[in-house]
Amino acid sequence: MQQGDSQTGDVKVETKNTTCYMCACRCGIRVTLHNNEVRYIQGNPEHPLNKGIICAKGSSGIMKQYSPARLTKPLLRKPGTDRGDAAFEEISWDKAFDILETRLSHLRATDPKKFALFTGRDQMQALTGLFARQFGTPNYAAHGGFCSVNMAAGMIYTIGGSFWEFGGPDLDDSKVFMMFGTAEDHHSNPLKAAISKFKRNGGRFISINPIRTGYSAIADEWVPIKPGTDGIFIMAMLRVLLDENLIDKEFLTEYTNSAQMVIQDEASNDFGMMARNDKGEALWWDENTNKLVPFKTEGAKPALLGSYQLADGTKVVPAFQLMADRINEYTPEEASTVTGIPVDDIYRLARELGNTALKQSFEMPVAWEDSWGKKYDSVTARPVSFHAMRGLAAHSNGFQTIRAFSLLLTVLGTIDRPGGFRHKAPFPRPIPPGPPVPNGPEAVQPNTPLNGAPLGSISSPEELFVDENGEPVRLDKAFSWEHPLSMHGLMHNAITNAWRGDPYSIDTLFIFMANMAWNSSMNTASVREMLNDKNDDGEFKIPFLVVCDAFQSEMVAFADLVLPDTTYLERHDTISILDRPISEYDAVVDSVRIPVVAPKGECKPFQEMLVELAGRLKLPAFTKEDGSRKFKGYTDFILNFETAPGSGVGFLAGWRGEDGSKSFKGEPNQKQWDMYEKNNCVFQHHLPVEHQYMRNFNKSYLEWSQGNGFIAKSDPIVIHIYSEILQSFRLAAEGKREGRQPPDRLRNRIKTYFDPLPFYYAPIEVQRTDLEQYPLNALTQRPMAMYHSWDSQNAWLRQIHTHNYLYMSPKLGEQGGFGDGDWVWVESMHGKVRAMCRFSEAVEPGTVWTWNAIGKASGAWNLESDANESRKGFLLNHLISEELPPGEEGDHVSNSDPVTGQAGWYDVRVKVYKADKEEDEVSWPQFSPMKAVPGTPERKSVLSYFAGKGLFGEKQSGEKKGGGDK
Amino acid sequence: MTQLALVIDLNVCVGCHACVTSCKQWNTSSGYAGALPDDNPYGADPSGVFFNRVQTYEVGTFPNTDTVHLPKSCLHCEDPPCVPVCPTGASHKREEDGIVLVNYDKCIGCKYCSWACPYGAREFDEHEKVMKKCTLCVDRIYDETIPEAERKPSCVIACPASARIFGDVHDPESEASKMIQKNNGFSLMPEHGTKPANQYLPRANNTGKE
Repeated sequence: MQQGDSQTGDVKVETKNTTCYMCACRCGIRVTLHNNEVRYIQGNPEHPLNKGIICAKGSSGIMKQYSPARLTKPLLRKPGTDRGDAAFEEISWDKAFDILETRLSHLRATDPKKFALFTGRDQMQALTGLFARQFGTPNYAAHGGFCSVNMAAGMIYTIGGSFWEFGGPDLDDSKVFMMFGTAEDHHSNPLKAAISKFKRNGGRFISINPIRTGYSAIADEWVPIKPGTDGIFIMAMLRVLLDENLIDKEFLTEYTNSAQMVIQDEASNDFGMMARNDKGEALWWDENTNKLVPFKTEGAKPALLGSYQLADGTKVVPAFQLMADRINEYTPEEASTVTGIPVDDIYRLARELGNTALKQSFEMPVAWEDSWGKKYDSVTARPVSFHAMRGLAAHSNGFQTIRAFSLLLTVLGTIDRPGGFRHKAPFPRPIPPGPPVPNGPEAVQPNTPLNGAPLGSISSPEELFVDENGEPVRLDKAFSWEHPLSMHGLMHNAITNAWRGDPYSIDTLFIFMANMAWNSSMNTASVREMLNDKNDDGEFKIPFLVVCDAFQSEMVAFADLVLPDTTYLERHDTISILDRPISEYDAVVDSVRIPVVAPKGECKPFQEMLVELAGRLKLPAFTKEDGSRKFKGYTDFILNFETAPGSGVGFLAGWRGEDGSKSFKGEPNQKQWDMYEKNNCVFQHHLPVEHQYMRNFNKSYLEWSQGNGFIAKSDPIVIHIYSEILQSFRLAAEGKREGRQPPDRLRNRIKTYFDPLPFYYAPIEVQRTDLEQYPLNALTQRPMAMYHSWDSQNAWLRQIHTHNYLYMSPKLGEQGGFGDGDWVWVESMHGKVRAMCRFSEAVEPGTVWTWNAIGKASGAWNLESDANESRKGFLLNHLISEELPPGEEGDHVSNSDPVTGQAGWYDVRVKVYKADKEEDEVSWPQFSPMKAVPGTPERKSVLSYFAGKGLFGEKQSGEKKGGGDK
Repeated sequence: MTQLALVIDLNVCVGCHACVTSCKQWNTSSGYAGALPDDNPYGADPSGVFFNRVQTYEVGTFPNTDTVHLPKSCLHCEDPPCVPVCPTGASHKREEDGIVLVNYDKCIGCKYCSWACPYGAREFDEHEKVMKKCTLCVDRIYDETIPEAERKPSCVIACPASARIFGDVHDPESEASKMIQKNNGFSLMPEHGTKPANQYLPRANNTGKE
């Protein structure tokens, strides 16, 4: 053992910059290597996203890289063994590709929808979505429908943007910050830095959450709330704001559809749609001339309230009047009863938001011109900002709750203004952003790409992806009448639907980086059985299962074919504007990953595998006219792929053009990867200040955005406080609208939930639960030191979260006769699990909660079979169902938001009671230990990591692995 | 004389544990302090040597509960009790900068120092049989091959909330000293008389009332 400067001498030291992927924040990192082993990972100080900071996960990348859970060889399930037994034999990549090529080319030539591709992460959708589209299957989605699509959809269908990569709170200029339903988030490090700076500048941070953890720990005020009731709290605050005139009437009038006339003639088949003149323009009532005039007529004084008539006598009412009528149905008194928030606090908080936004506003001297030609010298700051996440989204009432939330941001006049909410390029986008998906089964043809992307956003019943009977074309029933605006798909129903053969059976389910046999499913124990279930003829109900992952997850045990992915340190990646980039409010930003160490064993980057497969299958976008491959591999694909021949738009925006001098649009530049590598793996384009605000209606910004291909048209993106899109579905359900109408069993559901104005309702499953039997809410949260199930194979991170408890108020212990740390059963109407409880005063008494995905199945992640994660940890997902109890709408409708298909996994209700003394002190259910699969490294019983001695890294050519003196 | 130390701002610490693993990864491969072992790293009850840990406390009863994250590492006390008890002189406080260190060549692993420390800041390496603790990244802060802006402890450059400030708490013009002055910095468990150099900044609730 030495001290002092033993780092010098014959150690080869290298430093490389790349991008982290311990979560989806994608901070820039600087990696120091000693003799090709990772010595240190720090935040890259020159990276605009994180500016040198790095979290616990990013700092633990070493233990991810060298984890014994690493898959390193392609594997094939041994014949005659069960799925779930993890009985594999090693095969070569050649054989793996041959198996895939043979099977998939047959599917493509016969019935492409029998190939389903579901990925856990969204941040590669540009390529995975392209592959699915080119293959010709509609059955593609990432995890968004399971996670938080409501957050995206609710805001995108209102203001043309949302949070995370798409927009966020402008804390630098804000005075009050209100955060709903967020524990930690994937855009986390910049938010941590921004909240710290905000607090130090005297800002006030208010957190609305049933639980006080994560960011909420440093909130100036914690407002406990009953889960799923945020909608009524927000409507009540809107009531106070309207009653006390604390709203930005000018913003509402000029920039939203508030003053547009809505048809209110009961007899009309266009009831609830916007009145339009012959030119298709929406209408205002001009109080100066007492006439109806087109929307945005210069000099008009549009009415927000009242009742008027069209020339033919049709009654019309301004959208704002309808919104006010709706808001008047809510009171703080009623909201207090439902939410548990004291009524005085509701009044006080609403007044604080309104007063701060309106009376502490200031003018920022920025010259800009709006889409209607009006010029301004300044932008009005509204220093009230918000953030929201899964606490609002993961409920079957989440879409309408988030519509209400979007309304709150809008009536306070905070959209794309200093101190308020600000978009990040390529947003804002039109409402909806489009493009739509294919709209009928004829889009699925053998050997033919889909004539549209498998995921998109739609705006009318004609754009649903349904057959002539109104039944779904997609396996997960996305874009069907059951949940029309399901823009991120429904991963949580894919396996159950495939097993049941409803809407149809498939052949191959390809899972990438999605732990569907564990925490990325609901009803987990049953899903595991479904994966292994067979027909009477002995064939599996889901005939072929392919799993691509870097680590031995629970899902790997169920695969027929396992493909070993690399870690993020071993590959190229793109963080693309075509996908989920890392833009700032004032800069468009994209980035890449480059390999810093050699791939372990035979790991191959997933995207490399996908490009190879695309070439073998001769998918048109990957194949030249003479039948030969267009691209040598992934890096070549990224350099040379264009969205359309000659469009000049590709995956990466920086250093385009032959000389690398163009941005966003330009011919492919073969040196583009080199340029990114030389520039901290990141490209930024700073927006001029006149393009940084009011971008929904900022004329030259919208033209610039269109010029870059971010949006198709430069029309202003008027905010939809009233949603005609939703109303069109409602009219179809009421039988009033020409064109497509839903199956009868769904009419009442659509009439109810496709309300063009937000409203509060108890989540659907809650409406069907015996609340006396199951009175408590059960939630999961993500801790800051782990990202879903990604990190228990990490020796350092798992010492921070080794097993999970069920946290609850001590009152439940008093009632149930059990103490802190006792074993308890937690039971829903679907099932039960046994876990250890932990008392906490930082949770509202009607809620129990645990950390997401800490509990594991025995042996998974190549942990020892008696690891805490499996013996003491538990998975709440067993208690949650992917389907609603049977009802009028059908026997097997997804347990999701009826508008978007967002999984309602926070809707579950439970009871908690003491476990018998006689029972084992282990969690339940337990699963047979998963064996270490071939190719996984040896598990050490003592780790003493010291970089550079050759004990961990891959051999480089010509080097022998060092013996080391440790 | 110089007293280098950390100032930890509890008003902005979100308990993310960046400081915990950033410290671990720097120091495990540090010629000065490493390696930092992990026992049973993939089995039941994994237990490793960490120089910095974050404990989370709840204060008060619902609904008036505070959740407080408390990162804690060696506080480099001005009157460190771990130094006089050491039989070999391995445990020592440097004159030039006030950092308390363990000289592994002299440490015999008797553990007296860990008994004397009221903060539980020392951890014993069962494999090398020596006592280990925070070194204030002594091998980073003077290393001229590291860019000047990064010559700080690893935990400090990592912290996403910039809740950790590094500097000379005897110099009234240092950023560290100014933060202590401005934000009512306090000592942990002052009744033990160790005069900890590391200082904490308290929570300051912005109630919104003028």
